[in-house]
Amino acid sequence: MTHLEHVLRDSAPAGDAGAAAIAARRVVARADQEGAADVAYAVLPSPLGALAGVCTRRGLLCLSYRVERLDELLEGLAAAVSPRILESPARLDAVARELDEYFAGRRRRFELPIDWSLSHGFARRVLRATAKVPYGTATTYTEVAGRAGSPLAVRAAGNALAANPVPIVVPCHRVLRVGGGLGGYAGGLDRKRFLLELEGALEG
Amino acid sequence: MPLPPFQRFLDEHREPVWRFLAALVGRQEADDCFQETFLSALRAYPRLRDGANLQAWVLTIAHRKAIDAHRARARRPVPVADADPGPATDGPGNPEPELWGLVRGLPPKQRAAVALRFVADLPHAEAAQVMGCSEAAARRNLHAALTKLRKEWR
Repeated sequence: MTHLEHVLRDSAPAGDAGAAAIAARRVVARADQEGAADVAYAVLPSPLGALAGVCTRRGLLCLSYRVERLDELLEGLAAAVSPRILESPARLDAVARELDEYFAGRRRRFELPIDWSLSHGFARRVLRATAKVPYGTATTYTEVAGRAGSPLAVRAAGNALAANPVPIVVPCHRVLRVGGGLGGYAGGLDRKRFLLELEGALEG
Repeated sequence: MPLPPFQRFLDEHREPVWRFLAALVGRQEADDCFQETFLSALRAYPRLRDGANLQAWVLTIAHRKAIDAHRARARRPVPVADADPGPATDGPGNPEPELWGLVRGLPPKQRAAVALRFVADLPHAEAAQVMGCSEAAARRNLHAALTKLRKEWR
């Protein structure tokens, strides 16, 4: 390499991490204005720990307790829904607000729209039936299996609830075993108990 | 290779793209070109299907946006203060502002060839892909640019 080439390389406009990061945030802001991203996500604080919230133009697509596996979640959504995914807290404002109200005990029903496209068939019917279980009450796996049209498919109903893409908002924590056992919960039984106590459905 | 979520693509490529644009159009115009580059990329992204060579792809878009910016500037009346695109557009801490000022005075293809080589560090084949020309043409542009710079640079 000649002297000129060395100087060109050494004096090239410096990597300006700050300027590039600010410019990238402006890209996200403009994409928000234009509605150019198909999928928006943000990490939301909650009394149960951070939650990863993801929404589309249709509504809330998923809510995940596993923030440490956010990358994996987004990779899956890039393949299954759309790769036009941006981190955009502004587009999750309504979700954050309703969750805050719920955790503060001021909200008994979620009004935010849900994007059901991650569930299909019987599983979707189970989740829709579960969405109708009222605040502060509990039902059973057998009961939701029945409301979803297959009273004998109790295990399949349990699987559908375990894979619930929008826990809390679709209140799978209100589904218990016949006889009152807690059953399972994707976020862990401590969280299930916390939610039921918050709603006054369990004695603390 | 599957496409990564766009946010990750943006995070990974924002710095090289910003540097490439700063070299081509100067820091002041780099920001607008950067916006246009990534918004175009976002619109076209799902049509890509393959995430194998995202760097060359996004630099291709950035290169086009830089050319557009230059054409737009050429159509505008030039204020006296902007007549010399050299030192004024460079930030502090750059040891050789006048050399890159000279680069920005080169014809578009030569300028791009220099930036792709010395800022983006691309091999000739990928530089040619970004510039939309043959590898031989990319080499010729780089050679002509270096010859000219050697004459002008003291």
